[in-house]
Amino acid sequence: MSTSVAPPLRRPRSRVRPPSRSRVRLRRAALGRAALVLVALGYAAPLVYFVLGSFKRDEDVIDGLRGFLPVDLTFDNYIQLVTTTLNSESSGYLWRFFLTSFTVTGIVVGGGLVVNSMVAYALARLEWKGRDAVLMGVLALAIIPFEAIAIPLYYMLHDNPHKIIIQALPFIANSFSIYLFYSFFVGLPKAIDEAARIDGAGPWRIFVLIIVPMSKPVYATVAILTFLTTWGQYLWPLLVVPPDQNGAQPLPTALGYFTGVNPTQLLGQRLAFGVLMVAPIVVVYLFFQRWFIASVATSGLKG
Amino acid sequence: MLSPASRSRTSRLREAPAVLSLIVPALAGLVSFVVVPFVLAAVWLSVHRVSLSNPDQPKKFMGLEYYRRLLDPSIAGSIAEKFYGALLNNLTFAVVVVIVQTACATALAVAVNRPGRFTTFFRGLFFLPVVFPMALVAVIWQLIFSPDSRGLLNAVFGAASGGHMAAQNWLQDPKLAMLSIIMLSMWQGVGFQMVIILAGLQGVPRELYEAAEIDRAGAWSQFRHVTLPGLRNTLIFVVMMTTVLALRLFDQVQILTPNNQDTRTVMSLNFEQRQSVGQAAAISVVFFVLTLAVTVVQRFALREEREIS
Repeated sequence: MSTSVAPPLRRPRSRVRPPSRSRVRLRRAALGRAALVLVALGYAAPLVYFVLGSFKRDEDVIDGLRGFLPVDLTFDNYIQLVTTTLNSESSGYLWRFFLTSFTVTGIVVGGGLVVNSMVAYALARLEWKGRDAVLMGVLALAIIPFEAIAIPLYYMLHDNPHKIIIQALPFIANSFSIYLFYSFFVGLPKAIDEAARIDGAGPWRIFVLIIVPMSKPVYATVAILTFLTTWGQYLWPLLVVPPDQNGAQPLPTALGYFTGVNPTQLLGQRLAFGVLMVAPIVVVYLFFQRWFIASVATSGLKG
Repeated sequence: MLSPASRSRTSRLREAPAVLSLIVPALAGLVSFVVVPFVLAAVWLSVHRVSLSNPDQPKKFMGLEYYRRLLDPSIAGSIAEKFYGALLNNLTFAVVVVIVQTACATALAVAVNRPGRFTTFFRGLFFLPVVFPMALVAVIWQLIFSPDSRGLLNAVFGAASGGHMAAQNWLQDPKLAMLSIIMLSMWQGVGFQMVIILAGLQGVPRELYEAAEIDRAGAWSQFRHVTLPGLRNTLIFVVMMTTVLALRLFDQVQILTPNNQDTRTVMSLNFEQRQSVGQAAAISVVFFVLTLAVTVVQRFALREEREIS
């Protein structure tokens, strides 16, 4: 369909003639575009409200349609959040929440990229006894959602004192990541490692020096998907980190400070907290938007 | 393999330590944190009385008692009423989201499936909430749902209806609570589906559109006879994936309406029962069976299509 909005070159000769097909089409395209803009405005409305609200006083946050207007803006929420509200032992420290989220996400993403690609390489490109059985087993495990094992895992780990470690450790090995790596490695030409093998290179050398450098796209995909799920994780920290252990609380459960303890206060500050919480993701997202979208699309192409 | 059996055998033996070092870390993780808890729930926890609030209590064998309490409403200590209510809530959520959100996502995907700055921008916008943690989405919408007439959603509806629509208590009204959860979930999730459908659209052969163009088929007729059939597999996948996601619904419900029967889901019931580990583990097992059922249906639906084509 044409995206040009210029009028058609040939005008209809008589006024009573019905509008030409191309003209109907252009009108339709313009209508469709207007509809898209309208939908986008509605879709963006909560985002606008969210960001503007983080710069408003509490009484202005809930103030009808004025929530969309950039008036009476102030930085107070951000200043108070950092200096007062989340700056004591009882409330927890803002920087600690960030540190926890960054540590847990870093361990899960970094460790996951290493161990899952290792096993996927062995499954996809090496010959060994029992390989097919292991592959079937790993793929079968991908059917079990985390929610189905949350409770037994909670029972196993609930009295473990290392709250940061137990937030990360169960999520490093991931059968779906292994599957994504496996699909990519299987597609690489066989001749590459055959040649290296003749030169006397062992599996590890081939993996580190040849396969890994060739596989940047799949590493990016798995990194992005793992990052998104880990950064936003809520159920698991809610189960294993007691509410009073602020030092080990990640950002999503730390938000509970505003909804649980102070449901009707600190409205602007909770939005400011939210802005700070997504800022790192959104910045990365804006730079690597194409990669993000491609990664999520990949995650849907299984089955 | 082309290489002679003897050579491949010696090289295999030589490679054994390397293979082992490559596979052990991930497999150890999967066994300890997926297989063990899964088996533990199925064969031990769900048939024993295990309580975290009362850890010294002897761990008595209960047989299938916890499953009976979950499924049979006539038994003493039964939570079947809560469970079926939760299942119904999950089902409502799944039906509405699968139909409405998939339709919206398909429409959006078709609308932004053109090259150009304009459509790239919109693609980016619709996808943006997907990178937001659900906990944050819930906190934003909690304010949007504020119950008095100054709440944002009430103000928008009030203005749109010329002041005729009264302010609603979105999250507390039994008739509206689930609808509210659905609204914010669709706002967050539609971009995710859109991206998958967009990928599916790339698989529809261009020649079919050209042929339709020559046949002077209109936009709707092209969509109906070329796009939709071409998206069949993608849409089946999206529908099944959304159903599984609907089954897993938890974060937003827990944050916005905790312990509320109007929005309780199977996972929130599981969370509520966490101190009584035996009962909670029985819910986990039933939850897995439900997930498995959806996955099996998906596999069959996709396989049939492959055989036809």
